[in-house]
Amino acid sequence: MTPLQNPASNPLIKVESLCKIYSLDSGAAGNGNGNGNGNGNRNGTVNSQVLFDVSLSIHRGEFVAIMGHSGSGKSTLMNILGCLDTPTSGHYWLDGSDIASLSDDELACVRNRNIGFVFQGFNLLKRMTALDNVATPLLYAGVNRSDSRKRAQALLHQTGLGKFAAYQPNQLSGGQQQRVAISRALVNNPQLILADEPTGNLDTQTSREIMEIFQQLNREHGITIVLVTHEDDIAACTGRLIRLQDGRVVHDAEVPA
Amino acid sequence: MSLLAIIGEALRALRLNRLRTGLTMLGMIIGVAAVVLMLAIGQGAQTMVNQAISSMGSNLLIVVPGATSSGALRSGSGAVQTLTMSDAQAIASLPSVKATAPLITGTAQLNYGANNWSTVVTGVTPDYFEVREWAAESGALFTEADVRSATRIAMLGQLTARNLFGDEDPTGKMVRIKNSPFLIAGVLAVKGQSLDGRDQDDAVFIPITTGQRQIFGNQFPGTIRFLMAQAESAEMMEEAEAEMNQLLRQRHRVAEGMENDFTVRNMAALTAVATGAAKVMSIMLGAIASVSLLVGGIGIMNIMLVSVTERTREIGIRMAIGANRRAILLQFLLEALVICILGGLAGIAIGIGGAWAVSEAVGMVVVITFGTVVLAFAFASGVGIFFGFYPARKAAALKPVEALRYE
Ligand SMILES: Nc1ncnc2c1ncn2[C@@H]1O[C@H](COP(=O)(O)OP(=O)(O)OP(=O)(O)O)[C@@H](O)[C@H]1O
Ligand SMILES: [Mg+2]
Repeated sequence: MTPLQNPASNPLIKVESLCKIYSLDSGAAGNGNGNGNGNGNRNGTVNSQVLFDVSLSIHRGEFVAIMGHSGSGKSTLMNILGCLDTPTSGHYWLDGSDIASLSDDELACVRNRNIGFVFQGFNLLKRMTALDNVATPLLYAGVNRSDSRKRAQALLHQTGLGKFAAYQPNQLSGGQQQRVAISRALVNNPQLILADEPTGNLDTQTSREIMEIFQQLNREHGITIVLVTHEDDIAACTGRLIRLQDGRVVHDAEVPA
Repeated sequence: MSLLAIIGEALRALRLNRLRTGLTMLGMIIGVAAVVLMLAIGQGAQTMVNQAISSMGSNLLIVVPGATSSGALRSGSGAVQTLTMSDAQAIASLPSVKATAPLITGTAQLNYGANNWSTVVTGVTPDYFEVREWAAESGALFTEADVRSATRIAMLGQLTARNLFGDEDPTGKMVRIKNSPFLIAGVLAVKGQSLDGRDQDDAVFIPITTGQRQIFGNQFPGTIRFLMAQAESAEMMEEAEAEMNQLLRQRHRVAEGMENDFTVRNMAALTAVATGAAKVMSIMLGAIASVSLLVGGIGIMNIMLVSVTERTREIGIRMAIGANRRAILLQFLLEALVICILGGLAGIAIGIGGAWAVSEAVGMVVVITFGTVVLAFAFASGVGIFFGFYPARKAAALKPVEALRYE
């Protein structure tokens, strides 16, 4: 049983007045980037607000790109959407459930079943084979080992890595590692894929191949995808563009086909 | 996620990080093996001393000729020959003394057929065997009658019997001591090592009169080498010592203010010293072992802490793909447990093997007690589990983003 089971009419993602404030020791707060609003306070910490009153809704089947300057809060927003981090204030409903009301275990379950997260730095488990990396979320979902290996093998095949199942991350190229990470994100059939600069470490050709995988997943499997990118032609592959600037949404519109 | 899957995950993690697993286990192995070995040797030494003490006989006092200041037990005793058989009889009649055993000793060659063996020949009275609490294993002890008539009769120690007779039973056979034929009355039970490390079974005993007259020729008639006296009880040791001193001064006509021409040694005091020394050695070995255990523990701690960064990120990744706290804690706890149990068992095996090798190589008694094994195992496991598990617990309490960003 997953914590999320609400009528399909709700938006898949709904956030309202989301704020995120980081507290830093004043010594560590250089504030050199200039766009964090630093506020010193008496007990020696500096609060820096990164997200200001962000509200948006994303519906099932959408393919959304988030753009913005470095430091504008894109990763911060993605981490909150991915239940890897919590907002300082504001609300987040995923599939109609208020994330704030879920326990730690329920959040782990949501990350396991409902969301597939793809990182810029891949974040694969070292020294484990591609196959084991892809199969691990299934183990946490309670699937037995032989079934999970079968399913992992099928996904590696689907992302074009069938031959690399026994390779360890350090034996794979960046593009191949990202495909392993995408396979891992897909292994529990999530409704939502969140990808934070998935092509940030890859060359143009490899980026295009990765984007083709995402487009296919969105078009043929109806998976909702939110991805962060700095590149216009990557954003052009998606259906909707959200722009962040200094922690605020400054643009939200469909991408002309 | 099932327990089985988590166990599998823990074992896989250990297998995939062979170096880390190996180094941590090494810390366990060294620490545990050192403790087991050192304590085995220390306790072995204590046991050996205790055995030697109990083999001596209980409530013993020894009287040697010569003053305390002019010579020690053996070196001084040859020169002065002031103790006599009648001294021994007089001491035996003291109320605090149960029995006395005068004796004379020397070395001589024994022959049986083609075999010969040089050993210590001791002339004694039957009371000697009573004082030493030493029974015959085969045959029978010689008697007062044999002493009175200076019979050529002998009791063999186990080692002497084996060396001369092999598997044969010596009882009733004839052996030549300094070329005089002696009838073997019997073989004494095993006695083992004495406090000074001599094998007490390498000996032969004959009636003291036979020794005086026939084996150790130029002896003043009636003088003895030294005598053993057994007090009536442990509480009467000091009383016996005082009475013996007084009696012998009288008998030897030692003037007031003059030094004794004999020395009474209270063996209880000697055994206390020996026991104390063995205890000190045991404690010292224990201290060395504790240091090894500490070093092993620090080794385990270092390896565990050095890998904290990597493992914190790993925990972050695992949380990001859906592991809950319980699954992560269980995995890390199991990893630490497996390392500690395998390393601990290997350490125990190596410690016991080492103790066995030591006992084989230098003939030392080693004693391995359940307590030392459990102690070493528990300490090393405690360290291993704490430093394997505690950082994981901290990491699992972080938000996934924080664990992923940890440096
Ligand atoms: N853990 C943190 N503690 C304090 N400040 C943080 C933390 N993480 C991010 N920030 C700050 O939040 C701001 C936004 O960071 P974020 O990573 O969301 O930017 P981004 O839009 O993803 O940038 P980039 O395009 O470079 O990845 C930055 O100013 C950063 O310094
Ligand atoms: Mg970012």
